Amino acid sequence: MQILPILAALRRHRMAAFLIGMEIALACAILCNALFLVSNRVDMMRVDSGVDQDRLVVVWLDGIDDAHAADLAARLRAGFAGIAGVESVAVGNAVPFTQRAGEMGFRVVADDPHYTEQGHFYVGGPKFAATLGLRLAKGRWFSPDEYGPVGDFLPESPSVMLDAAYAEKLWPGQDPLGKMVYTSSNSFRVIGTYASLVRPDPSPYSQHNTLLVAGNPGKHLAGVYVLRTTPEQTDRVLRDARALVARVAPTVVVEKDFSGSMLALRHAFFAGDRAMAGLLVGVIAALLLVTALGIIGLASFWVQQRRRQIGVRRALGATRGDILRYFQTENFLIVSGGIAVGMVLAFALNLVLMQHYELPRLPLYYLPLGATTLWLLGQLSVLGPARRAAAVPPVVATRSV
Amino acid sequence: MFAYYLDLALRSLKRNKMLTALMVIAIAVGIGASMTTLTVMYLLSGDPLPGKSGHIYYPQLDPETGADVRKVPPDLLDYISAHDLWQSGRADRQAMVMDGNIKVQPGGGQSPFMTTVVGTTSDFFPMFNVPFRYGGPWTAADEARGVRQVVISDVLNQRLFGGANSVGRSIVLNGASVQVVGVLDHWRPRPRFYLLAGARNSGGNTSYFYGRAHDVFLPLPTGLAINAGNFGWYTCWAKPDPMNLPTAPCESVALWVQLDTPARAAAYRGYLTAYDAQQRELGRLTHPANTRMFSLSEWMAFQNVVPGDVKLQTWFAFGFLLVCLFNMVGLLLAKFLRRSGEIGVRRALGASRAAIFEQCLIEAGIIGLLGGVFGFLLTVLGLWLVRQQPVEYADIVTLNVPMFLLTFALAIAASLVAGAFPALRASRVAPALQLKTL
Repeated sequence: MQILPILAALRRHRMAAFLIGMEIALACAILCNALFLVSNRVDMMRVDSGVDQDRLVVVWLDGIDDAHAADLAARLRAGFAGIAGVESVAVGNAVPFTQRAGEMGFRVVADDPHYTEQGHFYVGGPKFAATLGLRLAKGRWFSPDEYGPVGDFLPESPSVMLDAAYAEKLWPGQDPLGKMVYTSSNSFRVIGTYASLVRPDPSPYSQHNTLLVAGNPGKHLAGVYVLRTTPEQTDRVLRDARALVARVAPTVVVEKDFSGSMLALRHAFFAGDRAMAGLLVGVIAALLLVTALGIIGLASFWVQQRRRQIGVRRALGATRGDILRYFQTENFLIVSGGIAVGMVLAFALNLVLMQHYELPRLPLYYLPLGATTLWLLGQLSVLGPARRAAAVPPVVATRSV
Repeated sequence: MFAYYLDLALRSLKRNKMLTALMVIAIAVGIGASMTTLTVMYLLSGDPLPGKSGHIYYPQLDPETGADVRKVPPDLLDYISAHDLWQSGRADRQAMVMDGNIKVQPGGGQSPFMTTVVGTTSDFFPMFNVPFRYGGPWTAADEARGVRQVVISDVLNQRLFGGANSVGRSIVLNGASVQVVGVLDHWRPRPRFYLLAGARNSGGNTSYFYGRAHDVFLPLPTGLAINAGNFGWYTCWAKPDPMNLPTAPCESVALWVQLDTPARAAAYRGYLTAYDAQQRELGRLTHPANTRMFSLSEWMAFQNVVPGDVKLQTWFAFGFLLVCLFNMVGLLLAKFLRRSGEIGVRRALGASRAAIFEQCLIEAGIIGLLGGVFGFLLTVLGLWLVRQQPVEYADIVTLNVPMFLLTFALAIAASLVAGAFPALRASRVAPALQLKTL
């Protein structure tokens, strides 16, 4: 297939070719960035929780009278443990996919007056790690004597555990065991790391900056219960747990937004991201549709306009395939030109968005992805008009020349 | 002549229904997407206190004493500074605001529930034009005595009292019995501008600030007495005792002042600076002076309260509209030039270039109008989709008259812009050349 005659013909339709090329370029820029945003959201939704989320039920209580909290906590834990199918029960200050409860600045250098780091301190009662299903990465779990009374925020305990990746970030290349973490009121020694535990409120900016300290259930550690069961029983366990709370502690409020199976909490937590991703997919679909319509419209026009020339070419011996390939090549050239400009625009748009929304830089592999999509779209759209062109009979050439 | 061109345009559009439909769809989809996002933007970025927001200010200073010094003052004041400034009474109106959650115990066999509470001072209601259905705010004198009175929202009143006039009746909040003195009328400020602390640090995830207004309004001293420890958002620069917020080294209170003239505002700025300097002299404040007083709209802009996702959607929607416009220019160009022969005849018969241009533009305008009609339907559909989203502002997303009109204005304007170039090209058609080929 010769390209030069096609280019020569295109020069006669400079403006229309330019317009459709620009449309492709803009579509390419938007497509790449929208795809990138969708994949960001999808990555976020797939964040590793580090817990056995299909086996967990969370009961988040509020409005607990401080005077009776210790007693209530003991009765609730015993009650929850007695529910059929519950393997273990633990109390904490928060669990993944709820709300933050222990966000705090800390430092890792003893005499540094600046609190340079910020993480989420999970406070867990006995069996918290085992109930959640955390996996040990290094060191050891808490021993029973390390569980301290919770003053008002963090427990009086000598030890802390961290997310393994977070520990690596705090002390790059060093063994975190034995290192110290200082808060405004406590100092903790690192006794171990767990493979992973996500924050209660993961966001694009922070996901696994978590620490775990050991506290005794009581006045300030009585509200958040996590129950471990089997995946099939989570719904029933949740119902039984709610019924138990209503019976044992009728004045306490079950926070419905933060109570449920861990999978349901996770689903609800990412509802906004899911909606946004869906919306962007909708934009992408509409964009591709409009672009396709534009190509079809213009190609149909060109086919009609050139009926006579097509007839002449057919009469001079061109096959149907030749005509088909002519329009396909022409479309390929225009789309390629659009894509070339579109790649530059895609990066420009990404730069603008980065300035306003703290987005990461657009990875390069989105460009071939967007380009391939548009090439395919172009070829598919032009197929209909091109086939109609190929169907033009040679006899057209003899009419009213 | 206009009617004739209209007729010509309609005939021309009918002649090639497929191409017409393509153009109408393109413009309708573009208009639908951009008007949906524009409506949401308009609703979320409007002035929450029209006519008054220019007189409302938000004084700030840096009360921290730790080693870390902030570049900008923290979003909230510590209780002592806020109380000092409030008590001075130097503004035309002033209110301290704190928020949190509180347990409501309805009794009568109904289970207790948590709801949102604001602890504030009596000027809050007149300063923010808060509408009352029954009763009114508590008095400043009662407030100082820590009276057990409360103002509740219409929603809570509906839930507790079935919407009846509940003034004088009692409710139990966190174990304490308080008397209802006022019930608000429907009040849906967007955003909940009186407490925006932290919005700028939420990574654009600010739809929370567009939720319903709070349900329970307590006099601040009363709130601290019966709900201590449950008043929410605060940052502490040293180890706090949450049960005793007034002395805690924490930022927890928003202070709002109303200053009716620029002169009063300037005077208050001076007072704020002087207070800050005096406190530093006393040694209570240790950081370098860092006072600031934004107006309400400046504060909203600083807090970046319009959700990032909404802004992002608007960017995409307008990019999309641009694609649709390029699409339309291309198609119109094809359509007009295809009629070169017809145009040649008209020109030869004496039509001026302007007349051809006008005729083509009218055709483009009709496409715009049709696109506007379908675009409007798509906007309604789009807004319905937004309402199905799990966002706090879903319930306030409705189409209003200005946006309805803007839809058509935008559609026609867009199609005229898109039509201008093809129309110009069409009007330049050389009649002689066209007539020869006929």
